[in-house]
Amino acid sequence: MTAVSLFVTCFNDTLFPRAGRATVELLERLGCEVDFPERQTCCGQMHFNSGYADHGEALTRRWEEVFQGAEVVVSPSASCVAHVRAHVASATGRLFELSEFLVDRLGVTDVGASFPHRVTLHPTCHSLRLLRVGDRPRRLLEAVRGIDLVALGEAEECCGFGGTFAVKNADTSMAMLSDKLRHVLATRAEVCAAADTSCLMHIGGALRRQRAGVRTMHVAEILVARE
Amino acid sequence: MSFPGAAREALGNAQLRRNLGKATTTIRDKRARTVAELPDWEALRDAGAAIKARAMATLPEQLERLEASVQRAGGVVHWARDGAEANAIVAGVARAHGAREVIKVKSLVTDEIGLNAALAEQGVQAIETDLAELIIQLEGGRPSHILVPAIHRNRAEIRRLFERTIARDGALSDDPPALTDAARRYLRERFLSVPVAVSGANFAVAETGTVAVVESEGNGRMCTTLPDVLVTVMGIEKVLPEWRDLEVFLQLLPRSSTAERMNPYTSLWTGVRDDDGPREFHLVLLDAGRTQVLADEVGRQALHCIRCSACLNVCPVYSRVGGHAYESVYPGPIGAILTPQLRGLKEAPTLPWASSLCGACFDACPVKIDIPSVLVHLRGRVVREAKGRVSAERAAMGAMAAVFASHKRYERAQRLARLGRGPLASAALPGWTRMRDLPEVPRETFRDWWRSRA
Repeated sequence: MTAVSLFVTCFNDTLFPRAGRATVELLERLGCEVDFPERQTCCGQMHFNSGYADHGEALTRRWEEVFQGAEVVVSPSASCVAHVRAHVASATGRLFELSEFLVDRLGVTDVGASFPHRVTLHPTCHSLRLLRVGDRPRRLLEAVRGIDLVALGEAEECCGFGGTFAVKNADTSMAMLSDKLRHVLATRAEVCAAADTSCLMHIGGALRRQRAGVRTMHVAEILVARE
Repeated sequence: MSFPGAAREALGNAQLRRNLGKATTTIRDKRARTVAELPDWEALRDAGAAIKARAMATLPEQLERLEASVQRAGGVVHWARDGAEANAIVAGVARAHGAREVIKVKSLVTDEIGLNAALAEQGVQAIETDLAELIIQLEGGRPSHILVPAIHRNRAEIRRLFERTIARDGALSDDPPALTDAARRYLRERFLSVPVAVSGANFAVAETGTVAVVESEGNGRMCTTLPDVLVTVMGIEKVLPEWRDLEVFLQLLPRSSTAERMNPYTSLWTGVRDDDGPREFHLVLLDAGRTQVLADEVGRQALHCIRCSACLNVCPVYSRVGGHAYESVYPGPIGAILTPQLRGLKEAPTLPWASSLCGACFDACPVKIDIPSVLVHLRGRVVREAKGRVSAERAAMGAMAAVFASHKRYERAQRLARLGRGPLASAALPGWTRMRDLPEVPRETFRDWWRSRA
């Protein structure tokens, strides 16, 4: 049995607990023993990327200390994993984004899920360009029974979230989001999935505002589904 | 104007959005195909980055080598601390030859220092000979792209401009050959009659004193061969140590910029010759903030830029707002790290935030400039330099850092957020909710659920 420490991220913990729950249930179903170090808070990415490097550095060191003894750390956030990997040398080789862990460490792509819905996948910038997870999330979704996975146009382009960018450059962010939405709606999918709930909060926030009738789900939520 | 404000204006222009979106998407796809042809592309990028790093680490030595090589080949070398000094040198050369006009090769650095306006004050008219630069000059506008300065204009707009200016005698069509023909007829006369030309430089080789200009139209070749006098203004970061270094960059640059395997015209000249080309050659070595950039260990990699514009074309921000919002001759991701460093952060404090940090620029950069990391570094410098000033953001960041520093405080803040209060809830800023809904804070956090299972 693989022992796994869950780095749920403050964002999921507070705003998207269902992504964390799905990750735990999925890992346990695949035979992992999951531990949740309760002292964990934030990895410091937001402070760091917003120019508050001192605060960011302190939080990143705190992350390192909280997860010090963990042999394997898994997280349902590509963005936070990328931040920690870039700033915590000791995380290399033991910190994994969920799709990396499933495909590379557990060696599974078919996790036994069933989800008979039309889904499109936003691959996320940090999954693609910082972690290089490639097509792992897509392969995992393709193996889900009943899923109707449709390709997203201009999928690799940013949705316009970018943390404080969405607030500081709200108009530009919205212009990027408009194009992302156009492509999502063109797929006629009922679900837009991603490996980062921050992108999903952004895309989902506009879908909801428009009453578009498309919901957002973390990839883990689909992989744990048994509909 | 701040970047967010300038961007807001640009985003409202539907014609601009259409012109830019079409042009950047086309060149982006072409570049991806051309780059994929080379099995050693990554090795070339590494080589490009290494050569630039070496050139910058030994800059004083390389510049002195370059000076000696150029002088040996019969050229004159000038050193300019800033734009004003460089402009005065160029004006002095033009005046010494009694020139009322100079013809110009497309050059970013002379735009950076405002050479055309400075020459005009001295009674010398600078004539742009690059097609797109000519378009910009004729309309009295500003370039909006490093490589394709008139990317924001479409054919019909250019036809109307030409009919008002250089082709008043007849109606033109929107056909590119007809438009270029009108420009050609206008420019040929100048190529054959103007005695002084001004160029920038893509590269200058310290070993041999050779200056290189890479271009597509042949106007550069005309300027560097027909007039009697040639003046080249180059930023000091353009120096390459050895002749063989060109091999790497002449592969990296065309594929990254125009998505061509090789560009149509590569002009290389070394000093002067009696029987061919200009009789007099001046090289102006310009600092204008570059040594100050070199002093920043993280930011200095911006000096490695070879002005290919690949980062502009792949940037989701640039491809929507266009170049003018960056208020600099260097727009896009590279401009967002170069302009604040060259001019000083106080002159362009919002540019380091003109990016979602999506990383597309870093992937496309032929010399592997880690633009996202430099952006984050510059954000840190802006925040540090504003220290002591009261701001809602600084207060919020401080409060959040205090919350995250202890999981007890964090859990209390989570409970408050559920009630719409406290440091975690204050992230719900108007900039977000003006255009997007916020998710409701769930009744149960993840850690509540985790504990309830035990």
